Amino acid sequence: MNIKDIKKEFPIFDNKVHNNDLVYLDSANSSQKPKVVVDRIYDFYTKEFSNVGRSVHYLAVAATNLYENTRVLVQKYINAKDPNEIVFTKGATEAINLVANTFGQKYLKEGDEILITELEHHSNYVPWYYLRKSKGVKINFADVDENGDISIESIEKKITTKTKILAITHLSNVTGAILPIKEIIQLAHSKNIPVLVDGCQGAPHLKLDMQDLDCDFYAISCHKMYGPTGLGVLYAKKKWLEELPPYQGGGGMIGEVKKEGITFGDLPNKYEAGTMATAQVIAFGESINFINKLGIEKIEEHERELTKYGEEILKKNNSVKLIGSPKNKGSVLSFTLDGVHPHDIATILDEDGVAIRAGHHCCQILHEKLGLAATARASLGVYNTKDDLDQLNSSINKCIKIFNS
Amino acid sequence: MDLKDLYQEIILDHGKNPRNLGKFENFNKDAKGHNPLCGDKVHVYLKVDENKKISDIKFEGHGCAISMASASIMTELMKDKDEKDVNELIEDFLKMIKDNPDLKSNLISEDDKTKLMSLSGVKKYPMRVKCATLPWHTLISAMTNKPGEVNTEKED
Repeated sequence: MNIKDIKKEFPIFDNKVHNNDLVYLDSANSSQKPKVVVDRIYDFYTKEFSNVGRSVHYLAVAATNLYENTRVLVQKYINAKDPNEIVFTKGATEAINLVANTFGQKYLKEGDEILITELEHHSNYVPWYYLRKSKGVKINFADVDENGDISIESIEKKITTKTKILAITHLSNVTGAILPIKEIIQLAHSKNIPVLVDGCQGAPHLKLDMQDLDCDFYAISCHKMYGPTGLGVLYAKKKWLEELPPYQGGGGMIGEVKKEGITFGDLPNKYEAGTMATAQVIAFGESINFINKLGIEKIEEHERELTKYGEEILKKNNSVKLIGSPKNKGSVLSFTLDGVHPHDIATILDEDGVAIRAGHHCCQILHEKLGLAATARASLGVYNTKDDLDQLNSSINKCIKIFNS
Repeated sequence: MDLKDLYQEIILDHGKNPRNLGKFENFNKDAKGHNPLCGDKVHVYLKVDENKKISDIKFEGHGCAISMASASIMTELMKDKDEKDVNELIEDFLKMIKDNPDLKSNLISEDDKTKLMSLSGVKKYPMRVKCATLPWHTLISAMTNKPGEVNTEKED
């Protein structure tokens, strides 16, 4: 892959930040968008716009086809069995809320347990937390180890006869740990526990195969996959989508509506109430085409090499403490600096055009465990190069110089 | 923008070695400030005597250089000031951080004004203003016995 050519496909890099070239190291937060995706939104609104699934006129039919075409692209991208197993949501957060809400409503009762891990992003804890009050369920946390990893044993240890669902991240947005998710799913299934995978960091960086993974639910954030904001995907096995109740009520998700009662629509409409993020869905199709054109395996390889390089240079820097050294690490380099608070690091790096994130990265449980109020995080995307990581390192040295002068 | 304006020597010094850090036994007012998005925390303790004068002030907390330096400088300036002067200084500081080019109050010496003005570098960094103002809003809360935690990510 020629990264310089790939970078040219992202218009954001034509801009300067504080008169410097942009070194974007915040893709775990949100990735930048290639021109094809931006153009697709413009073209849809200027040439093809109509609401989908309602009217019979030419534009409505064409828009519906485009919308459904993305569903098939997603299905193929993650190798789901059926396009009806793909539900569009307003984000991965809503995808997890959908499952917590409907699964909780139908299957959970007082005393039941939900198992998550200490690595989880708030979006894979808070939706389940609500069920503590409404259903009286208990939430258990599998322990993260000193490497920032979750082992199969740590999951096994926390499974009880009352565990009704396991909700777990694929790739940690703080430690970068890629979990042995397939083995974990096999373990949970051997005890009849369904599994939701938070794939926010998995989907943009790892090759996915839902049929091979055999997970019950997989949540995807489209804006982290070079796609538009305001859009997520919930993959769910068909049997769950058929069994679970609808999430939100409104237009488009119904069968027949009468004063005496309502029937609900077929899949996937049952879970897509109201006018959806049509332009975003259609543009997201271009994100998938973009990834497919490069090849997710090639992206994975490039990012693995970069992560390794980043680890190497930061380890050589004596003032830097890397957070997490999991067995299998992907695309995330979290760190602290002796004597410099992460927010001061982020401000100083920003001056050089280096965009990183500082804070708890929506993982307060993990930060508490690590005994840190905040960390700095550099995260990678397909457009990053070794030069970007060299610039990161030299800007880190500038921080040290300012604070130790 | 110039980082030297933000990270002046005074800030770095107070950030690294905050003055009046800790807690004392016989405080009679206190308040907590917490910016949950960035994690900065500050707990201000006061001893306000019968003449409404701050006879002692300390703080506990952790956070970035800006928030720690701000709390440190604030506690230095507030000691032995009475309620009226405290309020005047807080208002003057918050107005300077938001709009005013300078401090207007004549309650503190030129040296102390220079010290306080070292925090004015945050004006060019809108995302960091909340770090500088957190201890000051927490002090208001302590003085007025306002319940609950202060959060400057929600207010200016």
